[in-house]
Amino acid sequence: MAVLVIADHDNASLKDSTNKTVTAALALSGDVDVLVAGKGAKAAADAAAKIAGVRKVLLAESDELGQGLAEAVEATVLPLMGGYDAVLTPATSQGKNFSPRIAAKLDVAQISEIVEVVSNDTFVRPIYAGNALETVQSSDAKKVITVRATAFAAAGEGGSASVENVAAGAASAKVKFVDQQLVKSARPELAGAKIVVSGGRAMGSAEEFSKVIEPLADKLGAAVGASRAAVDAGYAPNDYQVGQTGKVVAPELYVAIGISGAIQHLAGMKDSKVIVAINKDADAPIFQVADFGLVADYKTAVPELMAALTAAGK
Amino acid sequence: MKVLVPVKRVIDSNVKARVKSDQSGVDLANVKMSINPFCEIAVEEAVRLKEKGVATEVVVVSIGPAQAQETLRQALAMGADRGVLIQSDQDLEPLEVAKVLKAIIAEEAPGVVIMGKQAIDGDNNATGQMLAALLDWPQATFASAIELSADKAKVTREVDGGLQTIEATLPAIITADLRLNEPRYASLPNIMKAKKKPLDVKEVASLGVDLTPHLKVLKVTEPAKRSAGIKVESAGDLVANLKTAGVL
Repeated sequence: MAVLVIADHDNASLKDSTNKTVTAALALSGDVDVLVAGKGAKAAADAAAKIAGVRKVLLAESDELGQGLAEAVEATVLPLMGGYDAVLTPATSQGKNFSPRIAAKLDVAQISEIVEVVSNDTFVRPIYAGNALETVQSSDAKKVITVRATAFAAAGEGGSASVENVAAGAASAKVKFVDQQLVKSARPELAGAKIVVSGGRAMGSAEEFSKVIEPLADKLGAAVGASRAAVDAGYAPNDYQVGQTGKVVAPELYVAIGISGAIQHLAGMKDSKVIVAINKDADAPIFQVADFGLVADYKTAVPELMAALTAAGK
Repeated sequence: MKVLVPVKRVIDSNVKARVKSDQSGVDLANVKMSINPFCEIAVEEAVRLKEKGVATEVVVVSIGPAQAQETLRQALAMGADRGVLIQSDQDLEPLEVAKVLKAIIAEEAPGVVIMGKQAIDGDNNATGQMLAALLDWPQATFASAIELSADKAKVTREVDGGLQTIEATLPAIITADLRLNEPRYASLPNIMKAKKKPLDVKEVASLGVDLTPHLKVLKVTEPAKRSAGIKVESAGDLVANLKTAGVL
């Protein structure tokens, strides 16, 4: 059995979710190749070649792959699938965009967001916003799988795989990239950050959200997250959203400020190592999962926390 | 332009799903069911397109048990014109749902399909992409803004790290993300009017689609519970505890 992992990268560098997906792939087979599809992505491919356990890296490049168009990624992967029994993709918004297309073209089910590999054909995945775990057995000859990266440890370095060029698939004439607005931030990326500071609806406005949450995040070297309620209310951009319908994170430290702890938010952060909750409502459900809870108004608690961190040399 | 909106009947998003003690699935007996929140956003978008004069007809289609008629009526009360229920008592996987939708699309010939990005029960986030692949139509997933012209859809998409805008030639599949719009509440007069709107019911078997499952659910279990920790008295206390825990 050979497995293809489709890398998550920004052309210049490889995202940590790729290493974690390689770990999931190695649980299926010892023959794991990584496809880097992009434009000017040699650096990402070289990084993939260094992942321990990777047999070979395939590099496909075109303008459309650089733009991440789903049709182009699918057309690149399909001709390769003759040589693989499974294809694994990190369940990022990009992975979720193209992976189901590959499954449909192969006429197989997609096994979405697995958190555990039980055997070659059996996997565990969360359903109902993480309130239940489903163990499914696939009868398909080829498996198309997306991987919840936070559920797997990152494969280390130490590999020396070869990098081989493969043809980029033809792009669809029916889709055209127009532009993108990516938020440039000096903060770590939310999905892979060691510390996450998240704000909720209690912030009351976008100005208050950035005034309270961002300085604390910067003091801790943390990424910024938000509850769905805060995103819904327009206090924070959608890609800050932590939860079942947003990003699933599992940092060393998760700080929830003014977040009540709706089921769908808990689903996105309950695997964090240490959870801190600051909320003035002592009955907020967030306290049921928090290791350390501080019942206080964030308006006074956050400045005090900033001062205490300064006093502690942070 | 005709807009087709597939909708799914799911557990109400405010209800906590409970796993059955025999591990056969999630207990849905006597549980409040509603339209899937992302499908509701898709319906709202289609109705707004009609109100703007861009869409001429909004057809909602659901695949599910007889009770999914209630879900369709919910969408009709929001302003959709016509409903189609493809009755199936079998819980279909996304690929089979996409195949059934492809068969409906062959009959209805919509100019665009707007659907939710994900159902909150199976959490697959796959059906729209699969449907686009099966039809060889362009896809624009996770939409936060849609501009429709006669033959093109300009769609702003929520991607990792920001937004991306793409232009798709119609017909196309668009999947709705959270920030696309805020769905309206149906007014009582509109709920009454919706009862008289046309709603066709067809048996799924009549479509001649292969519905053989690819996945077998071996068991459904509850995730490990996280237990509550301690309450700290002050910010200083909190920092001291975090240092002890080794995360600062």
